Amino acid sequence: MKRILSVLICFALLAISLCGCGYEYHDLNLRAKYTRAFEGTEITVYNWGEYISDGADGTIDVNREFEKLTGIKVNYLTFESNETMYSQVKNGGVKYDIIIPSDYMIQRLIKENELQKIDTSKLSNYDLIDEQYKSVYFDKKNEYTVPYNVGMVGIIYNPKLVGEVEHSWNVLWDKKYKDKVLNFNNPRDAFMSAQMLLGLDLNSTNLKDWDKAANKLKKGKANLQSYVMDEVYGKMETGEAAIAPYYAGDYLTMVETNPDLKFFYPKEGTNIFIDSICIPKNAKNVEAAMLYIDFLLEPDIATANAEYIGYASPNTAVINNEDYYYYQNEILYPSEENMPKVQYYHDIDDKIRIYYETLWVQVKLY
Amino acid sequence: MKLLSRLYIALILFFLYAPVAVMIVFSFNSSSSVWVFEGFSTKWYEGLVYDTTMLTALEHTLIVAVLSALISTVLGTAAAVGILAIRKKVASSLVMSMTNIPMMNADIVTGISLMLLFIFMGNLLGLNESLGFITVLAAHITFNLPYVILSVMPKLRQTDANLVDAAMDLGCTPFKAFFKVILPSISTGIATGAIMAFTLSLDDFVISYFTCGKYQTLPIVIYNMTKKSVTPDTYALSTIIFFVVFLLLIFYNMLQSKSEKQASARKGRAK
Amino acid sequence: MNKKSFGNQLLAAPHVVWSVLFIVVPLFIMLYFAFTNADGGFTLENIQQIGLYKKAFGISILYAAIATVITLLLAYPMAYFMTKVNISSQRMLMMIVMIPMWMNFLIRTYSWITILANTGLINTFLGKLGIEPLKLINTPGAVILGMVYDFIPYMILPIYSVMSKIDKSLLEASEDLGSNAFNKFRRVILPLSRPGIISGITMVFVPSVSTFYISQKLGGNKTMLVGDVIEYFFNAGPDYYNVASAISMVLMIMILVCMVIMNRFSDDDSEGVII
Repeated sequence: MKRILSVLICFALLAISLCGCGYEYHDLNLRAKYTRAFEGTEITVYNWGEYISDGADGTIDVNREFEKLTGIKVNYLTFESNETMYSQVKNGGVKYDIIIPSDYMIQRLIKENELQKIDTSKLSNYDLIDEQYKSVYFDKKNEYTVPYNVGMVGIIYNPKLVGEVEHSWNVLWDKKYKDKVLNFNNPRDAFMSAQMLLGLDLNSTNLKDWDKAANKLKKGKANLQSYVMDEVYGKMETGEAAIAPYYAGDYLTMVETNPDLKFFYPKEGTNIFIDSICIPKNAKNVEAAMLYIDFLLEPDIATANAEYIGYASPNTAVINNEDYYYYQNEILYPSEENMPKVQYYHDIDDKIRIYYETLWVQVKLY
Repeated sequence: MKLLSRLYIALILFFLYAPVAVMIVFSFNSSSSVWVFEGFSTKWYEGLVYDTTMLTALEHTLIVAVLSALISTVLGTAAAVGILAIRKKVASSLVMSMTNIPMMNADIVTGISLMLLFIFMGNLLGLNESLGFITVLAAHITFNLPYVILSVMPKLRQTDANLVDAAMDLGCTPFKAFFKVILPSISTGIATGAIMAFTLSLDDFVISYFTCGKYQTLPIVIYNMTKKSVTPDTYALSTIIFFVVFLLLIFYNMLQSKSEKQASARKGRAK
Repeated sequence: MNKKSFGNQLLAAPHVVWSVLFIVVPLFIMLYFAFTNADGGFTLENIQQIGLYKKAFGISILYAAIATVITLLLAYPMAYFMTKVNISSQRMLMMIVMIPMWMNFLIRTYSWITILANTGLINTFLGKLGIEPLKLINTPGAVILGMVYDFIPYMILPIYSVMSKIDKSLLEASEDLGSNAFNKFRRVILPLSRPGIISGITMVFVPSVSTFYISQKLGGNKTMLVGDVIEYFFNAGPDYYNVASAISMVLMIMILVCMVIMNRFSDDDSEGVII
């Protein structure tokens, strides 16, 4: 009898899962041709959380549209930091067909021979990528990557709670804002906030520089409310916290919910990043992955993604589209005089990296 | 005194259920916030039907829970019979301590050691992917086993060994004797073990987190959601699960008290 | 007879094979990682590095100990009072205590944020009364609260199940012999409920000391418990598997030592008091 009960739970729950799906497909104008030759196969995509248009509120569900178009099943998984992604790719627990890491992590993956070359001549939409995002330092010959998004880090604040603030990284350390300030919960970005304020090189190979930044972070810790990643949305939208550094594109999403929020790029400079699409060396379904990349570059899809995610797009079909919601947005596409001083992260040698990743634990334990 | 104790029980129950109540209330929020209640709506429940990630995860969770409960119940019941038959005290206590390790150990240690094993074996066998359905299932069976064994064993001890001999004297094969005599007398222990295994597996997060690869179960998906801004849909799903469990337990409770009444009635008649 | 018992013994074989493969071997692999470097050579470096994380061990033990004590203090009267109501209410109460355990603990923990946040329910309520908001979330107190909340059923149930089996005639006897309520409690109920207390303490302390979610959500990521350190390193990539294994190993030994100490207290072999 009791066993029957547990089976009953299953049926009750399964019944919920079986009652249909009500997504309405969109009419897409497609530039490339999509074969159904790979129907029935599947690809595994590993992307950042909240980093694709997913059909919420009548938007395009990119993965579902792709599945319908090609018959390829998309296994979509998300990560929350480059380091987590790296760890998963490296340990071989799961084989991915598409990953979308950031610049410095791509540099490291290439160095460790974890990526395979992408024949961009086979991508009908590759010509849409803006020239300024090609041949960047981590992939000078455009062999391994296709740019997906571009972004910069800035500081979001709520003038209703703290008034106007100094446009500097120093606000994170300012005692006036004690318990109202957040910082990144990942070593690289958190260290960046201190490095910028101290005027240090983000890619320093001098251990002492990292110590200095760590000490600065330790000093600022008492001021912080918490270290966050995507929890920042809830905290800034509700007024739980007043000041937080985060990615510019995410500010645009938050301000939709809480119009009080404002944003600036700190005067000391900030980090710029490119997240690019890559195919891991041991991908299982490369040809289907190529179709997927081409699909992501489609003007309709890229625009839907750019509007959903709110990051700057490297796709000219998006940037030059006057109907694009963020067309010529000053935060995403600052004009030259408003462009902050920016620095890319580079992959630093293993010794330094292990040093600062371990140092980060010490900051947290301080 | 009586009033005081009632009050205390009420307070503790309030403590236990306050977050549950918060969850249920906010699952009906009309805005996407789990902080500010803005109005009543059932849209998050309707929206669940479209959430393929969550539904796939639910399916994974149920498959793993059912299979791991079944397999660990079979393995565990057999093991309980076997362990009790072991004559050497040292050997049987050795097996028992080994069995108890996952129950005693911290989940994170169990999870990590299993992950290291799977990755190690994956590399050894040159597998394409070392983590997935099989590994999460194996992990769940492993942590379920001690609970099944510990539920079956006391019942088995209570069973009179002479009954088996009697059955065999009357011409039963040992196999038949087991099914005719032992099994009925330990069936409640087996059922308790199976239910416990099922629920443990349903709720496990830590061990699955390290062993599931891309075969993500519901707790993993919920974990990923709480890393972002949680929206009321997670609460909506949990509310549904809560009520399903709630109703089932009440149903189960009713059945049990009914069967107890019958049992005592029978006893009364026998007297 | 011997033949039959040998046949029965064989029934344990699949389980033994399974346990060796999935319990013993993994622990040895962890041990191997703890004592080797990235290239597979023997080293004690990982063990030496653990000193860097002694604070994580310290606060984990401290928080878990405080949480366990609070849980015990809250749960003991609860279990006692539960035995005082009539039988059918007892069963009902036990069920009500168990139901939250069936709910995902991530969600249960998360809903505390809604209650404790600066803009959360308590502070909104206080604000309406004109009281300054309290700092509740992102504090050690919130982390300990999370532990108490998540694991309190594991304390109530074993204590209750032991107490409900105490022979009523013993209590009557002690009354007849002139014990007052306090002495009855101290001389009879407390000693007899000890096995339940012991198993409750273990079942609360072990998950508390090794948790890695509660501190992240309710503590605002501002400190790291041992579980958080282990999780961080395993997520940072294979470079850290060695040091993370070493930390896990120490955590395991620590828990083992605690268990041995706890078992000292329960002299009678009350085998497996599980819910």
